[in-house]
Amino acid sequence: MLAFLLRRIVLIVPTFIGVTLLAFALIHLIPGDPVENISGERGMDPARRERLLHEFGLDKPLPVQYIEYVGQVLRGNLGTSLTTHEDVSTEFLTLFPATIELAFFALLFSVIVGLPAGIVAAIKRNTVADYAVMGVSLTGYSMPIFWWALLLILFFSVYLGWTPVSGRISVEYDVPATTGFMLIDTLRSGDFGAFRSALSHLILPSIALGTIPLAVIARMTRSSMLEVLREDYVRTARAKGLPRWQVIVVHALRNALIPVITVIGLQVGLLLSGAILTETIFSWPGVGNWLIHGVQSRDYPVVQGGILLIATIVITVNLIVDMLYGVINPRIRHA
Amino acid sequence: MKTQLRIGAVAAAIAAALIFASPAQSKGTLVFCSEGSPEGFQPQFFTTGTTFDAVSVPMFNRLVEFETGTTNIIPGLAESWTASPDGKVYTFKLRKGVKFHSNANFTPSRDFNADDVFFSWNRMADDNHPFHKLTAGQTFAYFDDMGMKNIVDKVEKLDDYTVRFTLKRPEAPFLADMAMDFASILSKEYFETMQKKGTPNAADVYPIGTGPFEFGSYQKDAIIRYKAFDKYWKGRPKIDSLVFAITRDATARYAKLKTGECQVMAFPKPADLDEMRKDPQLTIQQKEGLNIGYIAFNVEKKPFDNKLVRQALNLGTNKDAILKAVYQGNGQVAKNPIPPILWSYNNAVQDYPYDPAKAKQLLTQAGYPNGFELELWYLPVTRPYNPDGKRMAELIQADWEKIGVKTKLVTYEWAEYRKRAKGGEHQAIMFGWSGDNGDPDNFFVPLLGCEAVKGGGNNARWCNKAFEDLIIKAAQTPKQADRAKLYEQAQVIFKEEAPWITVAHSVRFDPLRKEVQGYKMDATAHHYFDKADLAKTPAP
Repeated sequence: MLAFLLRRIVLIVPTFIGVTLLAFALIHLIPGDPVENISGERGMDPARRERLLHEFGLDKPLPVQYIEYVGQVLRGNLGTSLTTHEDVSTEFLTLFPATIELAFFALLFSVIVGLPAGIVAAIKRNTVADYAVMGVSLTGYSMPIFWWALLLILFFSVYLGWTPVSGRISVEYDVPATTGFMLIDTLRSGDFGAFRSALSHLILPSIALGTIPLAVIARMTRSSMLEVLREDYVRTARAKGLPRWQVIVVHALRNALIPVITVIGLQVGLLLSGAILTETIFSWPGVGNWLIHGVQSRDYPVVQGGILLIATIVITVNLIVDMLYGVINPRIRHA
Repeated sequence: MKTQLRIGAVAAAIAAALIFASPAQSKGTLVFCSEGSPEGFQPQFFTTGTTFDAVSVPMFNRLVEFETGTTNIIPGLAESWTASPDGKVYTFKLRKGVKFHSNANFTPSRDFNADDVFFSWNRMADDNHPFHKLTAGQTFAYFDDMGMKNIVDKVEKLDDYTVRFTLKRPEAPFLADMAMDFASILSKEYFETMQKKGTPNAADVYPIGTGPFEFGSYQKDAIIRYKAFDKYWKGRPKIDSLVFAITRDATARYAKLKTGECQVMAFPKPADLDEMRKDPQLTIQQKEGLNIGYIAFNVEKKPFDNKLVRQALNLGTNKDAILKAVYQGNGQVAKNPIPPILWSYNNAVQDYPYDPAKAKQLLTQAGYPNGFELELWYLPVTRPYNPDGKRMAELIQADWEKIGVKTKLVTYEWAEYRKRAKGGEHQAIMFGWSGDNGDPDNFFVPLLGCEAVKGGGNNARWCNKAFEDLIIKAAQTPKQADRAKLYEQAQVIFKEEAPWITVAHSVRFDPLRKEVQGYKMDATAHHYFDKADLAKTPAP
């Protein structure tokens, strides 16, 4: 286990170099620069342009800029936003709880719905239920998030009036952000109305963001269950006369869950990238929304820093999942 | 089992009812669905309309201001002003009894006075001012862009309620410049107090102004809250609080307006306007935009160095068809580089009619009897002055085909487009402009002046001596009526020389809910809520 961990941690180093290089290269490859963005339709005096490029450190050759950037990162400094002049890590940490909250609920939604749906599809194989689950999950998987999100808003918020359109909480509640997690903050404030409002604001974005993971989890659970259900020990359990639910839950599901958990872990990356679109449409003040704006305004430190921090999180979560994998299934040795 | 199911169903129903019940809007709160987050809360540092809407408009005042809905200059924190006969000295008499806001760290001990004007200006103008450089990367972008250092020589405090601005040269647009957001007046006492407390930066983060609303709180990328300022010198606003619900997606803004989650929305999508008009809950205010959409011919490149070619393409473009197809009626054909709502607009100028036969004749005269091939760059994004650059380019391409001009349509990513355009790489390019203030100078000089060829704002790269002399003279002439005559002549030269095809002035729209009263659309695309009110019984 220790050797496995060490190996994984050593592997992280080249991954980080790759991530910084990629983030740096990609944002610099996009045409335009932050100074161009400031000047808009208006012309800019060439001398002033030069001065601003110098102030932002963009007048140096790209390799020098990259090396300076990596040096800063190693000292724990992700730089300052070129638009707001605020510290990138501070901005990220302010907004990240909103993204975690959304991703958590999206994942919760996808597991709560996806897992039972997959089990039902497996045990009712080749029935209407199976076809329905598989058909719906395939549709959900293929649906572009921004379109699906707009459909949800138009139907549930505008047509039925059940849910709020966007945002994190109704404007009438001014809850101080102590933890940054709106549900926790509203609970701490003791205002049940605020908590209810925060919860209702989570519904649509969680569904929009959770749909693709849901489809993946449902399909994975189904195929994994089907495989396990054919195993001898399941047949033996049935032959012993155990109740059907006990066979499914205790004998089959537990073993079928192993690949499913890996897949759930992998969804974290998907959730964070999906959050970019979801947050933009639902005006969710998280890091996705912030990154998109950073790209639009060519705010290099924001984009580079944001991508690096997100990559760190995805890598860490994957590492944890790998370790959990061994815990759930002791037969797997991380030797 | 059945009982369990029933209990579960009841619990689910209760939970759903609790969650879905729509919260009642608190009374006196107006919610504005804005299009983005402000870059910061300091009116001097930034240049975007989004930031001005959130900062200088609700919380600050200028010495002079624009009358809402027009570009007329009215007294603001200055009660009156006089200009010397040579147009170089402006003396402002300041208003007495104007109160500044307060917050947890600051309670003003005095009213607004000349010290605040002196401080606010010199902070931007004087590189050695103790507050000139507080934050890394911070610039006084608009002040610099407007070239104020080359215009204002010095500012003097004559007494507590009189300040004098001495200019380096006569500059008639100076008053309009002073009404712009960057010229907002800050509290000197506030900055000094924060410095004594060891946190001078805080004064740039938590704004203190004299405007109709006080800063409440800001949740990044989500909500800005303001409360009505009881001691506002023009009288307390009618609403108790103002909320900006930051909603970047225009479709989501519209959905929120429909459901009543906000009462006014910024920048609707043109495609949604028809549906909005049919909605009995909504009203749409509209105003001719302070803007121009145009095609510029790069006169430094062949064949556009030839005036006849430029005139021919003007004659060969069917602008009425463009107005119908691209602007869908939400605009008007432009014949001058300035919109008709600006003073000095020369209505006597005759536009080039759509006349392909005459266009062909001019092309023959210019030495292109069989036409020629050219590249037309079209806008890759929707802009306030042009809703659909590609469609416009396709229509123009078809028009020009008829007079023998084969057009290749080209575009780049928006930032790259502007960068290349400023470098003068294009032959013919689609562009546009939205005015910053209500002075014609703000169109002529940055778009058609000789200096703007260097800066890249003059996309036609057209520098005409007679035209330049007129617009420079107009800028130095104190009387508006005299200036207007000069600009009128300049427009005649412009039309004859035809460096552009003036395509259209678009119309702007502010959709709002029926319960909003007293809201008036602004001429410079800002959103003012100081006179807005909500009807007692909001529409359901």
